[in-house]
Amino acid sequence: MDVLPLLSITIFLPLLGAIAISSSWGSLNDAQANNARWVALWTSLVTLGMSLILLWYYKPATSDFQFEDKFHWMPVLNVSYHVGLDGISLPFVLLSTLLIPICIVASWSSIKKRVPEYMIAFLVLETMLLGMFSALDFILFYFFFEGVLIPMFLIIGIWGGDNRMYAAYKFFLYTLLGSVLMLLAIIYIYFEVGGSDIPLALTTPFDPKVQIWLWLAFFASFAVKIPMWPFHTWLPDAHVEAPTAGSVILAGILLKMGGYGFIRLSIPMFPEASSTFTPLMFTLSVIAIIYTSLVALAQKDMKKLIAYSSVAHMGFVTLGIFSVDPQGLQGAVMQMVSHGLISAALFLCVGVVYDRIHSREIADYGGLVHRMPRYAVVFMVFILASVGLPGTSGFVGEFLVLLGTYKVNTWASTLASLGMVLGAAYALWLYRRVIFGIMINPKLKTVLDLNWREAVVFTPLVAGTLILGIYPMPLLTMMEASVANVIDQFHIVLDPEDGLIDQAKSLQMALHLKRN
Amino acid sequence: MLHFYIPDLKLILPEIIITVTALLILMVGSFKKNTYPSFLRRLSHYAIIGFILALGVLVFQHHPGEKWVTFEGQIIQDDYIYFAKILVLSASAGVLAISVPSMLKDQILSFEYPALILLATVGMLLMIGANDFLSLFVGLEMQSLSLYILAALNRDQVASSEAALKYFILGALATTFYLYGVSLGYGFSGTTSFESLVALIRVESVEVLPISLFIALVFIVASFSFKVSAVPFHMWTPDVYQGCPLAITAYIAAAPKVAAMIIFLRLMVIPFMLLYGEWQSIIVFVSLASMILGAFAALRQTDLKRLLAYSTIGQMGYVLMGVAAGNDEGVQSVFVYLTIYLVMIIGTFGCLLCLRGKAFSGVQKIEDLSGISILHPKIAFILAIFMFSLAGIPPLAGFFAKFYVFKAAISAGLFSLAIVGVLTSVVATYYYIKIVKVMYFDDIPMTPSISYGEAIILSPEKIVILNLCAIFILFFFAFPNPVLELAQQAALALPN
Repeated sequence: MDVLPLLSITIFLPLLGAIAISSSWGSLNDAQANNARWVALWTSLVTLGMSLILLWYYKPATSDFQFEDKFHWMPVLNVSYHVGLDGISLPFVLLSTLLIPICIVASWSSIKKRVPEYMIAFLVLETMLLGMFSALDFILFYFFFEGVLIPMFLIIGIWGGDNRMYAAYKFFLYTLLGSVLMLLAIIYIYFEVGGSDIPLALTTPFDPKVQIWLWLAFFASFAVKIPMWPFHTWLPDAHVEAPTAGSVILAGILLKMGGYGFIRLSIPMFPEASSTFTPLMFTLSVIAIIYTSLVALAQKDMKKLIAYSSVAHMGFVTLGIFSVDPQGLQGAVMQMVSHGLISAALFLCVGVVYDRIHSREIADYGGLVHRMPRYAVVFMVFILASVGLPGTSGFVGEFLVLLGTYKVNTWASTLASLGMVLGAAYALWLYRRVIFGIMINPKLKTVLDLNWREAVVFTPLVAGTLILGIYPMPLLTMMEASVANVIDQFHIVLDPEDGLIDQAKSLQMALHLKRN
Repeated sequence: MLHFYIPDLKLILPEIIITVTALLILMVGSFKKNTYPSFLRRLSHYAIIGFILALGVLVFQHHPGEKWVTFEGQIIQDDYIYFAKILVLSASAGVLAISVPSMLKDQILSFEYPALILLATVGMLLMIGANDFLSLFVGLEMQSLSLYILAALNRDQVASSEAALKYFILGALATTFYLYGVSLGYGFSGTTSFESLVALIRVESVEVLPISLFIALVFIVASFSFKVSAVPFHMWTPDVYQGCPLAITAYIAAAPKVAAMIIFLRLMVIPFMLLYGEWQSIIVFVSLASMILGAFAALRQTDLKRLLAYSTIGQMGYVLMGVAAGNDEGVQSVFVYLTIYLVMIIGTFGCLLCLRGKAFSGVQKIEDLSGISILHPKIAFILAIFMFSLAGIPPLAGFFAKFYVFKAAISAGLFSLAIVGVLTSVVATYYYIKIVKVMYFDDIPMTPSISYGEAIILSPEKIVILNLCAIFILFFFAFPNPVLELAQQAALALPN
């Protein structure tokens, strides 16, 4: 494994697929479209295979970066191409490589116009996402972080719904506004550290006064991406207008970029500022959980409802991250992975009925269980997982976050668990209105149950949700060393007498978890 | 007292080649009295060959790190000027290559066109290589006069003549600013040479310098702000862009901007280096104003050329950020930005020159572009790349340009300038992606070929240039080093 740059191959394989599709691009016939679909599917499947090889060779015992590749990219600037994985980034890499083939299969027949372009956009997006999660150089990180915007903009704008222009613009400009401020912070760090290497910057202490500004600049970017209340307004629009697969990627992976950024950069690099802003983060997270759950209750559009529920679930993530506690942080990563699976599946569920009825209004549905029993089961699994039923991955994540937060701030934890109750209310109510009741809409009378392609799409997601819910240990073991490392970096700077958990104890807890 | 040595002429061989080509084209053109399109096309090919020859001679003659001064200290060359000359020569050749077929379609059948572009280029080369305020003036006037004539080339059109007249009057005003500033400087120092001036400023301390020198500085900054169309001297730009034939607009947007910006920077960092504190605040203001105006004024434009004019104003604001930094990083950022800007602007105009809008008169309104993603998917794709790149979105080259200028601004401690810069870049992104939106998202009318650009003018030259530009922008991230290293060498050539 030392011979081959496995990680770089994984990152750039999708780009290769995109180039392969574009090389035969021009004629607009069905064979062309089918070709593009198959090339995209195979490329993404091989990428998935590559990421599984990475998982196979991954050593969870160490918090060092693994599969590192480093060479001079722009020697004039002392910027290198530096990638590597640790226990925090590997779950996201796996999540991305899993969801992209699912997206491609899910849009197999629902996307009819400009198929080659669509597939190219998804493959380029995959490269950007994988690169972003494994980048260990600031410039490279930013390059991939913002590079996601172009393909996503096109996916929403070209293949989206009626109001797609507004949604595409809002998504693009809103997230760009956040990221450009981060660019300035990155440049400042570049001059402070004398290079743009992330591992180097992580060990460089910054002046606490400057930290506040740098933290805010990173916050602007990540808070919009996650999104936190009150920066979330782009999300419902983008979700509603995006095509199904676009929503899947958006909810499944793009939102995680913000959480990943907080864990990877904000917490270890700016410990003083992070602890200063912890009350703010807790407040915003709790507001997000409760407020957006209430908003979700009032939604008439299924996609919008799930979009608001995403904001609420991401509230748990930020809560867990800023508890800076082993359980809280692991819970945050767990919650992100599980939300990646669950929200992706929920959007796919909406996509299934949307392809048949062409409506997202909840009122247009009802009584689907009579015509689509298999669909009703799948939908139920994900609704319950979204509620956080024990035995599903949603439970593990939310429980760990609440546990971790409880140790740091009881109030935040209590209020957040209130949000879980509201979450159960909107999710179960949605399920009741769509699946049960009387079938009123005449269009539903002839609707067909899941076809085999849709079944193939849902299988890995159901499996993932249940496996992670029943036996989350592999994922928790994978990340615990890296999480402990992040927490150490945070606490090593702050006074251990700070009222927060001290370093020895956090390590002990991490080890305890491992023995389990 | 003039005594020419043969080696002197050898050193300015690129300029000589271009001048001879221009004269040759003028001779052939006036003796043949032939106005067939094929004949004009051949003349343009001669001009392009002249450019390539000059470029080759320039590259083969130059050794990195070398510096020479000739013509009694009037003309200089070092790594800085070398890179600038490469930019100007390639820009001129590129614009000529993309513009010829459309010039013919617009019925501008004058053989002077390639000759004027050649002469303007000689002016720019002279301007860049100037080591003295007077040789700089000669170069400046030579390129300006050629450009005025180029702008007026489409004599039958009122708009074109009007634009040319505006350009001429305001340009002449800017030139007088320059001359006035130089005279004041001469009154203070008794010299017009850059080196003598910097030596004089060095002797005196800044406090006791006469006020006239500062006035001279302000006048010179004003005149070059005009040339690079920076706010508040930008008023001519939208009108001239709109009035001129598209091909001429492309030329005005490309090479002269680069040449003026480079000599502007050189003036600031060589003769006026010690007055850094004085000129920096002026340029910070000009840069801020240009970025803000370029971003906000373009939002409401419906005319494509006016939009691009405001976009240029904004882009020049970013370059001026690098000038304002005034340090090593600043010089590098100006070069990197200008290189990428040139490729983007030639590519953008190249795409527009390919398309014919309503009534086959060339695309004028932004809506004229709607539906081209179906009719001409490749052109639409390339144009979209340039738009995203102009907005500065990675992974395209425009991102690296923006990154460099922000880096320069932060290295010089100009935080507020950098913050305003990134915020206006978000605003500007709105209108760049609006063009992508019109091309890709808008529904196409039922019979697109009747109302929208059916005809497309392609020629081998154009295809080559467009593909080169697109590849450069798309894959700059993979091979950034040649440009970055040239920029670094250029910055190192300056005395600091």
